[in-house]
Formats: sequence, structure tokens, C-alpha cells
Amino acid sequence: MITAIVFLPLLAAIVAGLGSRMIGNVAAKTVTTGALFASCALSWPVFIDFMTGAATAHVVPVLTFIQSGDLAVDWALRVDTLTAVMLVVVTSVSSLVHLYSWGYMAEDPSQPRFFAYLSLFTFAMLMLVTSDSLVQMFFGWEGVGLASYLLIGFWYHKPSANAAAIKAFVVNRVGDFGFSLGIFGTFLVFGTVSIPEILAAAPGYAGASIGFLGYRVDLMTLLCLLLFVGAMGKSAQLGLHTWLPDAMEGPTPVSALIHAATMVTAGVFMVCRLSPMFEVSETAMHVVTYVGAATAFFAATVGTTQTDIKRVIAYSTCSQLGYMFMAAGVGAYGAAMFHLFTHAFFKALLFLGAGSVIHAMHHEQDMRYYGGLRKHIPITYWAMMAGTLAITGVGIAGIFGFAGFYSKDAIIEAAFANGSTSGGVAFAIAVFAALLTSFYSWRLVFLTFFGTPRWAGSEHIQHAVHDAHGHGHDHDHDHGAVPSEEDAGHDPHTHDAHDHSHPVEGTAGYHPHESPANMLVPLIVLSVGAVLAGWFFAPFFLDPEHGAAFWAGSIAFDEHLMHAMHGIPELAKLSATIVMVIGFLIALWAYVLDRTIPARFTAQFRVLYDFLLHKWYFDELYHHLFVVPAFWLGRFFWKKGDQGTIDRFGPNGVAAVAVRAGSAARAAQSGYLYTYALVMLLGLAAAATWAMVG
Amino acid sequence: MSMTASLALTVPELILSVGALLLLLVAAFGGDGFARAIGWGAVALFAAAGFALTGPAGNGGPGFDGLYIADSFAAFAKLLIYIAAAVSVAVAPGFFARTGGGYRAEYPVLILLSGVGMGMMVSAGDLLTLYVGLELQSLSAYVLASFLRRDTRSAEAGLKYFVLGALASGILLYGISLLYGFTGTTLFAGISDSLAKGMGTGQMFGMVFVFAGLAFKISAVPFHMWTPDVYEGAPTPVTAFFASAPKVAGMALLLRVAIEAMGSGTDAWRQIVVFAALASTILGAVAAIGQTSMKRLLAYSSINNVGFALFGLAAGSAEGVAATMTYMAVYIAMTLGSFICVLQMRDRDGQPVETIASLSGLSRSRPGLAAAFAIFMFSLAGIPPLFGFWPKFLVFDALVRAGFWPLAMVGIATSVIGAFYYLKIVKTIYFDDPAPTPFAPAASKLEGGLITLAALAVSPLGYLAIPLLDATSMAAARALF
Repeated sequence: MITAIVFLPLLAAIVAGLGSRMIGNVAAKTVTTGALFASCALSWPVFIDFMTGAATAHVVPVLTFIQSGDLAVDWALRVDTLTAVMLVVVTSVSSLVHLYSWGYMAEDPSQPRFFAYLSLFTFAMLMLVTSDSLVQMFFGWEGVGLASYLLIGFWYHKPSANAAAIKAFVVNRVGDFGFSLGIFGTFLVFGTVSIPEILAAAPGYAGASIGFLGYRVDLMTLLCLLLFVGAMGKSAQLGLHTWLPDAMEGPTPVSALIHAATMVTAGVFMVCRLSPMFEVSETAMHVVTYVGAATAFFAATVGTTQTDIKRVIAYSTCSQLGYMFMAAGVGAYGAAMFHLFTHAFFKALLFLGAGSVIHAMHHEQDMRYYGGLRKHIPITYWAMMAGTLAITGVGIAGIFGFAGFYSKDAIIEAAFANGSTSGGVAFAIAVFAALLTSFYSWRLVFLTFFGTPRWAGSEHIQHAVHDAHGHGHDHDHDHGAVPSEEDAGHDPHTHDAHDHSHPVEGTAGYHPHESPANMLVPLIVLSVGAVLAGWFFAPFFLDPEHGAAFWAGSIAFDEHLMHAMHGIPELAKLSATIVMVIGFLIALWAYVLDRTIPARFTAQFRVLYDFLLHKWYFDELYHHLFVVPAFWLGRFFWKKGDQGTIDRFGPNGVAAVAVRAGSAARAAQSGYLYTYALVMLLGLAAAATWAMVG
Repeated sequence: MSMTASLALTVPELILSVGALLLLLVAAFGGDGFARAIGWGAVALFAAAGFALTGPAGNGGPGFDGLYIADSFAAFAKLLIYIAAAVSVAVAPGFFARTGGGYRAEYPVLILLSGVGMGMMVSAGDLLTLYVGLELQSLSAYVLASFLRRDTRSAEAGLKYFVLGALASGILLYGISLLYGFTGTTLFAGISDSLAKGMGTGQMFGMVFVFAGLAFKISAVPFHMWTPDVYEGAPTPVTAFFASAPKVAGMALLLRVAIEAMGSGTDAWRQIVVFAALASTILGAVAAIGQTSMKRLLAYSSINNVGFALFGLAAGSAEGVAATMTYMAVYIAMTLGSFICVLQMRDRDGQPVETIASLSGLSRSRPGLAAAFAIFMFSLAGIPPLFGFWPKFLVFDALVRAGFWPLAMVGIATSVIGAFYYLKIVKTIYFDDPAPTPFAPAASKLEGGLITLAALAVSPLGYLAIPLLDATSMAAARALF
């Protein structure tokens, strides 16, 4: 069964990718979507069996992969609770995104390619979460990276999309370099890449040290940190986060599937999968906590200033991933996985909802040109409300809460209960980030759905209105599902001057339309998940008694920590809810009640605002630190090294010599007999002389 | 050995020479009306001669007191020669008919006589047999080169070939006389014995002159100058003949003289062979760049290929000789195939298309022909998986085994240069804008069939023949050592 779950998407990707010309667009879409729903339908029973305790962890061998000396790697599918959780997350979100894409990509000319990529991605992700060895995990890891690259650059005629795809690929390469070093080191130390064997042997190496770059360092700390660098790259943690916001150049369903719900959580999954290993090194745990906290804080602050609806959600994703790492860092792996689980639903919902808004607004992505959409697209509005309530963590302890209420509060409580310095820092930052989360999430809702329409300022809307009135049909504008470049908010400078200064109000005669049913159904399904997932699944993931049985050793489940979470002061428990309300009130005040506040605030705190708007100047810093020198070095080797030296004396030089020699030979071939005879005699004389002397 | 037994060894030559004389009588009395029938008769005679190789003529040992040797080496070479000669006869009538007549009954007879000469060359056990065979082959070839008497280019080709050939003959004869003078014998075995006792200046000079004379036959640099002019001027079927059968005969003769007569002086002649091989591959590759005529280009290609084949001899081992013979076998298929393709390239008026630039568009109007030609070009360039790669590999393998890896590296470099012009032709055929004049449709089923056969032989299917080729070429090579 697990084999079918994993390989159905691959088969579908092959059929749709290679055979779409034969079977046609609709068939290609049907095959991939059908395969994903089948895969999803098979996954839930697996998960339910683990919930009820009916299933035990097992490994399904597929075939031998590498057999070379000590290195033995098999293709094997590992099924345990952790895998089962990921299986339902991946297949559910993926199948819903497939369905959603029927509507969202309806006007795109190369849909089979899109669906094939989506299915290919799903296969690689499933390969990752079912891996039994680090090498197989790396295979899935690279597979999702490839699919992500292909999908970010899906609209390859957009230079910004290509740039974003390359950026994602290159930044991930840095992380993957760390990951691969970690794998090499692990094999060096443990003599195996099989995850269960490594985890079993890890505690035995506590305190061991190894020579690295001339220093004696703690062995397990080194290995864990190297592997964590990989996780940082994939999960867009501070420092290696720069690719994620740019990845929003891809189609919105891609953002929902890959850059919110599944791939970016691979790093969290990896840390949880290897949690017994991380548990051995206290230093590594602290680093994970601090990196997570820093990311949560950083991304949340940036999220408050962005105006592109997808970028706000992208930074929000980044921030929530920071939460997950914080949870892992303080030892609450159950809470990390639970947040991953709930986050997948509500973040996919927010992205798909944003996609629906963008669809309704004729590919305008700038929230400053939204406003008042509540009445025009009510279903999308309510879905976004569900998502927002879930991400901000609305709920009352002991009665009911939306998904994020359970998972995020669990993280905050665990950080507090951890008791260490790093736990304290994590707690403080998590609470503050929760305030910012609440603020930017409600800001998004208020700017988009409340207030008066500000559509008239949008070029996209003007374009749409013009088309509708001028020609009656939009035959020759190639927008289709393709947003043009400037609306990606790629260059904040262009919008700088008139930010929050309330662009032209009015509808410009445009009528937003609600999305088709195949886009609304996934929204509704995910809304149910965002509302209920926390309440329903919290006991399984987090409860001190049930949790250990549920996880059944697939992660390092710390019962004491879970117990301690219940014993923390009431104020600490309520802190998340309190700051959530504060954040909501600030957003309400600034974006609904007195809409002049943002403008005044930015005027007052220009430096701070610019700092946040430019994402802490990370891109600029990297540009001058890495990109410029790299280009200089590249140009040097290209012009001086390659063209000036190798080409000049190598291929080009040889070719020039060959051509010149050819002309010389042709000139010697004069056509006159005496020349020919002379050459023969000279050759004879030379040969005779040579034979004599030699 | 009795006279009868000796005669039995020469059955192929007897068949060819008696048959040639009979066909000459038919031609004399019947006139050119019988030309085609005589042609088929010649093909049949070649087939019969080839069949005769299964008897004592195939592996009967020396005869006529060592003047003539019928071993498996000679048989291997003769088979290749007969096949090439028969093909050259078979494709000729079509060519002459399309270029406005000129096909006469002498053509097959001359090729038959040339065949007798080539048989004598590869079976020679004595310097005089060698010379007689060589001259018989050469004299027929001079006439063939100027077969289109009224065509100035053809006449010029014949004259150039004759004058330079006479010069080469003189050099060869001078070498023979020196060798005879300093060793006291013309028998290969005797010369070998004499050289084993030490090589004096006289023997050395004789040897160099003999090699020079033979190098002319196989058009190895620097005795290659006649090749492009003669190949371009001679009628295309004749060029196909020149590029195939006499090359095999000359190469086989050179191998036999080098190993059987001068094997004990290997170190002395090796550097000459190495020089000729290097110069031939380099010049063959370099000078072909920038050629505009297809036939001239193929002339340089044959110079280049002869260089590669000589690498096998430079190794001086049985493996090297076997590699050279394998090379010649595959070379025959590639070069004959290419020339028949050239025969097919005609415009609507039936005029031959011989410039490379005008081949553009061939892939549109004659896709089959274009594909076959591309196969031959890729194969000549030695690009796997085509069969042309295999003999090159064998030659380089033999070189490396014998310790001459720098030679192998130069050889590989020149084959890269060579690949440039082969591939340029393919590019012209497939990717350049089509020429305004369309090509004539396929004219001859026979030629089409021969092209298909040759293309199949050099296609990857050829690798199936490797066990057979290996066994026979190895047996042939061992006969010399």
C-alpha cells in the first residue's frame, strides 16, 4: 500500500509529462489529480491506524540502491507515526492543490507540464518522508529542490521568475552542501547511513570529539549542526531564507503546496526524524532554538510592512517555520510536528485563498489596490477568515480553539517549561512574534476585505476594464494566468513613495468575480482543517500520556516536558492569547478605524520602516558580499582565464593552426607536376637521411 | 614443389587473366555493344576468383620456389580486393550512361587485369614478383584514370598519375637493385636472412627506396601529391576503385615487405613508417579543411585513413598487422559507400554534383541518400556506435600495447580534426538552406542496394562481425610472422 502511495504520483508525472501530447490536456490533468486523490485516500487509513494504535512501524524494501564496500543503501519505505503524519499532510494538500489548479491554471497554455511537475514534486516529497536512510532522504531532498526550481520558474518567459528559481536553487545548494557534509561525516563515524542504526548508536557517542578544520570539536554537535545547515536551507531559516519570498514568483498553487505546506517543512521533519541524535548534543539544540527564534522574529517584523499579498504570507511561513524549530530546539518535537501539521492546512488555505483573491482581482497582488472585497467574494473571504483565525491562534483554553491556538500555544508553553536560558529567550521571542503575527494577519484581512475599494489605481484592473469595454473580449492580451512583472512587488522602490498614502479610491467599474467551484472546494476543505485540526488532533500529538504511545518512538518524545507544560504559570499560558488580542486591536485601529495611522507611523519612523521594508537589507548585503565578488571572479576566469588563456592557446589556437596549415597545404597542392615530383624527392631524401643518421 | 602444384596456388590469377583475355576478344569482335555483358562477366570472374580462394590458393603456402606465396594473409587481402574491384565494375555503366556515354568494353577488362596485378602484389614472395604485379596494376590504372579521353580533367589526371607513377617506379626499382646488390637475392626470405646479420648503408638505402615506392601506391605523405588531382579528375567509378582495391593491395604489400623481408630490421624502418603515418593523418585531416570538391575531400580522407592504418604497422606486432587489415576491410566499406553516394548525387539534368556547398538540401529531396551519406561520414570520423570507430580503436590499442602511446595521442588528436570536416558535410546536408536546384531521384536499384549494404556494414550491426573479423585478420597477420 505504501508503495502505491509513493509511486502513484511518479507514474502520473511520467504519463502527464511525457505523454501529454498523446493523451491531451484534460487527460493529463485527470491522471495526475486522480493519482493524487488515490494516494491521499490510501494515506489516511495508514494515519488512522497509527492513531488508533493498530499499526506498528515497519519498513518496506523496494530494491537495492548502492552496494559499494561498507556503503550499503537500499530503497526502502519506512512507515511509522512520523511518516504517517507527513503522508497525510503531503497527499492531502497536494491533491487539493491539484484540484485547485484546474481552476487557477485554466488559461495557461502548458498545463500538463505544470501538473506533471506538481506530481513529480509530490513523489519526491513522499520519497523524502518515507526514507529509511540518509542517502534516500537526500534523494528526496534534491528531488523536491528540483521540482521547486522547475515550478518557481514555471513561467520561464518572465525574467524575474527565472531569477527567483535560480536563487532558490543556489541558496538551497549552500544548505545541501552542509547536509551532504553531515551525511559524509555520519557515514565516517557510524559506518552506516541507515537512520535507525544511526539513532541507536548516537547516544554512545556523547562527548566524543573529532578533528575538524584543525580544531577538536564535539562530534555529535558537529554532525547535528552540519545536518541542520541543510534543514536551514530547505526551511528558509534566517541567513538562508532569502529565496523563499522570491519563490512567490511561481504560480500561487505552487506557493501553497511547496513553499508553505510541504517542502519548506522538510527541515523540521529532518530534525524531528533525527531527534534522538540532536538530543545528544545540547549545543546543537541551543543553536536550533536560537536560529528558530531569530527567524520567527525577523520574518514577522518584515511581514508587517510588505504590501504584496503573497509576500506577506511568505514571510509568515518563514516565521512559523521558526516556531517549529524553536519547538524542536527546546525538545518539544511533538509540538513541532503538530505545528507543522496544522500549519500545513491553514497556510495552504491562506495561500489558496490569496490565489483566489488574485484571480478575482485580475492578477493584482498588491494589497494597497484591494479593499472592500468582502461582499464580492464571500466564500474566499470566509475561508481567509478561517485561515487567519487559525494562524493567529484564536481560542479559549479547555473549550475550543482554531488549529493554530493549540499548536502555537504548545510551542510557547514548551519554551517556557524548558527552563533553560535558550528556552526563556525562545519564549519571549515567540510571544512577541505572536503579537506581530496577529498584527500582519489582520492587516492583510483588513486591507483586502474591508474598507472601500481602491482598485482604480491598479494597472491590472485598468487593463481588465479597458479590455472589457474596448474590445468586449480579451483575445490578445497574454496575461492569462501570468501576472506581469511589476506586480510581484519585486522592487519595493517603485512603491516606496506612495506607500500607505491611499491610492486612488474607487472601483474603476471593475466587478470582481468569485472563483470557480474547483477552486472553492479545496478552500472549503482546508477551512474545515484549519478550524478543527487543532482541536481534534491535539490530544494525540501533545498529550503526555497518549503522545508517547502515538509517536511510538518515531521521535524523541519528552513526557516530562509535556507534563511540565501544564504546570507553568497561568499568565504564561495566557500570554499568547493576550498578545494575539493586542495585535488584532492594533490592526483594527490602524487599518479600519483610523486609516491615517500607517502613513503617519512610516513618516515618524522612516528608518525603521525602510529597514523592515527592505527585509533587513539581507538581499543587499548578500548582493555585495557574495553576488558581486562571485560575478567579478566569474568574469575574471571567463575573460582572462578561459578566453584569454585556455581558449586562446587551446581550442581556438589549435583550430586556427589547423586552418592555417590547411591553407598552406592547399597552396602546396599547386597542380604542377614538378612540384609534386619535388616533394616526393625531398621526402625520399629526408627519409634516407633520417634512416642514415637515426 | 611441382609446377602443377604451384599453378594450383595461382588459380585466382589464372581465372582473372584468362578471363580477361577472353573478354578482350569478345570486346574486339563484338564491340562496345557487349560492354555491359562484359562487365557482368568481369563481376562473375571476380566472384569465381574469390571462390577459388577456398581451395589451395587460400592457404597453400609458397609456390614457384618462393616467388609466389598463397597464405591466409594474401587470401584476406585478395577477398577485399575482388569485392572492391567487382563493385567498381558494377557501378560504372550507370555513371557513364548518365554522363553522356563513354562506357567501353575495355573498362571491365582493365579492372580485371589490374586485379591480376593486385593479386600478384599481395602474394609476392620476391622483389621481382612484387614489381611485375605492381606495374601490371599501375599500367591498368593509368589508362583507367584517363578513361574519359575527351574530358580534359580525366586526361590530365591520367597523365599526372602516369608521370609520377613512373617516378615512383623508378625509385622502387632503384631500391630493389640496391637490395639485390647488397644482399645477393631478391627473395624476401633471403633478404630477411641477410638483414639479420646486420644492416649496412646499402641495405638501408635500398630499404628506404623500396618503402618510398610502395608509399606512393598507398598515397602516404609525402608521396601523396598525386592523389587529390587524380581522384578529382578521374571518372567517379574509377576514383572509387583507386580509393579502395589498390589501397588494400598496396597496404598488404607494404606489410608483407616490412614484416617478411625486413622484419629483422624493424627498428630501421619503424621511424619511416611512424613519420609517414603521422604526416598522413595530420595532412589528411588538415588539408581537407576548406576543400570545396567532394572528391578532393574524399582523397584527403583516404590519405588520412591510410595514416591510421599505418599506425598498426608502426606497432610492428601481429596485433598491429591484424588491426591494419581490419582497418582496411572497414575502410573499403566506408569509402566505397561514400563514392557510390557521390555517384548518386546528380541534379535534374543528370550532371554530377561534386561541390560540398551544393549538397545543401540533399536531406529534403533525397532523405535516404542523405542518411546513408551521413552514416558514412560519421563512420569515417570514427564516432561510436558506428563501425568506423572499431578499427581506429584496434589500431590505437595495438599502438598503446606496443608502448607508442604518444603516437596514439597524436592520432586521436588528428581524428578530432578530421571529424570537423566530416561533420561539416553532414551539417551542410542537413542544416543549410536548400540549394535552388533539386536533386535527381534515385536512378539505380543496384547502387541503392550497394549503398544499403555498405551502410549496414558500417552501422552498429557491424559489431556483430567482430568475432569473424578478429579471427580472420589475426590468422592473416600470423601468416606473416
